[in-house]
Amino acid sequence: MSRKQSILGPKSPSRQVFGAVKSINQNGHRDVLPDFRNLGVILRVVLIVLALSGVLALAQAGNWQAVLPRFLEVSAPVQPVLVLSILALSVLSGWLRSLEYWTGIVIVVLVELLVASLVYRLGEQFFGGDGSGQLERYWLYIVVATGLILYYFHLRNRALSPALTEARLQALQARIRPHFLFNSLNAVLSLIRAEPKRAETALEDMADLFRVLMADNRNLSPLAREVELTRQYLNLEELRLGRRLTVEWHTEKMPGEALIPPLVLQPLVENAVYHGIEPRSEPGVISINVYKVRDEVHLVLRNPYRQDGGHHAGNKMALGNIRERLALHFDAEASLKSSASDDAYQVHIILPYRKEAR
Amino acid sequence: MNRHGHALRIAIADDEALARSRIRDLLEDCAASFALEIVGEAANGCALIELLQQTPADVALLDIRMPEMDGIEAAQHMQKLDDAPSVIFTTAYDVYALKAFELHAVDYLVKPIRLRRLHDALSRVRAITPLSLDVLQQLTPEPRRHLSVQERGRVLLVPMDKVLFMRAELKYVTIRTMEREYLIEESLTRLEEEFRDKFVRVHRSYLVGRDHIESFERGGEGGPESGWVVKLRGLDERLPVSRRQQHVIKDFGRI
Repeated sequence: MSRKQSILGPKSPSRQVFGAVKSINQNGHRDVLPDFRNLGVILRVVLIVLALSGVLALAQAGNWQAVLPRFLEVSAPVQPVLVLSILALSVLSGWLRSLEYWTGIVIVVLVELLVASLVYRLGEQFFGGDGSGQLERYWLYIVVATGLILYYFHLRNRALSPALTEARLQALQARIRPHFLFNSLNAVLSLIRAEPKRAETALEDMADLFRVLMADNRNLSPLAREVELTRQYLNLEELRLGRRLTVEWHTEKMPGEALIPPLVLQPLVENAVYHGIEPRSEPGVISINVYKVRDEVHLVLRNPYRQDGGHHAGNKMALGNIRERLALHFDAEASLKSSASDDAYQVHIILPYRKEAR
Repeated sequence: MNRHGHALRIAIADDEALARSRIRDLLEDCAASFALEIVGEAANGCALIELLQQTPADVALLDIRMPEMDGIEAAQHMQKLDDAPSVIFTTAYDVYALKAFELHAVDYLVKPIRLRRLHDALSRVRAITPLSLDVLQQLTPEPRRHLSVQERGRVLLVPMDKVLFMRAELKYVTIRTMEREYLIEESLTRLEEEFRDKFVRVHRSYLVGRDHIESFERGGEGGPESGWVVKLRGLDERLPVSRRQQHVIKDFGRI
């Protein structure tokens, strides 16, 4: 497999969001329809339609008092069309995105017209319509709305164009603290004379860790790999910190095959060690809980915490970095929350469950 | 040999056991060409101060980032010891400290330490001019976590979070904990600057621990001119709030 393929691999899951994450090597960027299965896309469609209904209501209402009733009137036929369209498009999404961009657009518009006509006919049956030209006007609205929405996604797609997203992902790639690198090297050096076997294992762990850190980390990778990497990292920290560090893993319900952005867990654990364990003399526990609920993967990390610890800027930066990478990969479907109590700090990440397409 | 006629006495402070053992190994290597003796090891600054009071040293190899008390703070308190050792800082990576070291020509070694560098630093150690408190305070933006008090030939460490308030006297500052009072030779203005986050000035001669304030009360007859006093948790004594510092009461939202 060539390098280009391995980055672009047709199954590369990072393409699922707007097809935005592609290689820089590719010339220009190809327009792709949005992924209508993505929560963020759905949310945006709903908001745009609501806004358009609002504008229409504003335009039609004679005075301010009439705006709200008019808005409800306008919305009434719009809502069923909206719901049905989203359903239809999310079912067709995979197929639509495999088509030529313009073919896809034509089909989307046709689907919309079909849905609109269906709703109109049904409405006519149940509530009776005043016939005459209504359907044509309805069609016009639909075409304009669909066009605006697709144009919006076209612009957004361009704003998040591959090169840009690529550059941002690259800049955001987690960097290990030099503090950790040099302290670990120092620890290994001190082992060489007395315990050469342990020194060997430690250097092997370091090699693996840095191989991943220096690799191309723009594509999603299996959760199991990320957990293994984090374990190797923790082996090194345990070497340095000895009894001061205890790690509790809860990975019984871990979906090892789930795909997540690489280097999400390890930097968080590194933070936990740096801010939670190192400033303490007494031993501390880091607990890592990885599990799956329905279609969500949860990563929960807890560490001891003292409020006067200082150096919080570094922690905020690391969290901001991970949050942005999650957004680039999953848009609104992933979240990262952190919370601090008197003596513990917790980070909770929720990701959509994705796995390698077969 | 050095001009003191005895082997160079060395104390090691580092929170990582393997880092300490690495320094020990290197010192043993140095011992071939150098008369030296390791007087003890400590895992943080507080333990080092304790150690030095038992067994004096000529040099302290001091890691910067340690729990309880970091190396830079320990170096400040060490100056109160009768025969304070020279200090050589060690650090794996600390951008801020390294910049400050360069700026103030402070001796330091980066970890992993090279035998040759350690050897050079130790041979120069007698020529090192002792660090001034001023310089040491500029090496870190962090406030100290302890105050050190000289009492009957010993140095006592008082953790800052135990300090309820500080009061300026003629020449000294009195610091008050739940248990007792201590005298330190520092200026209240300087303390106010350093501990801005945790202490607030309520009067020309009083700094009060923010976390210890229980309430502000109307003072009775003979109270301060502002008419307000502050009560600290667990302390019966009321401290005066001056008219100029009355805004503090509003800041606490407890008027």
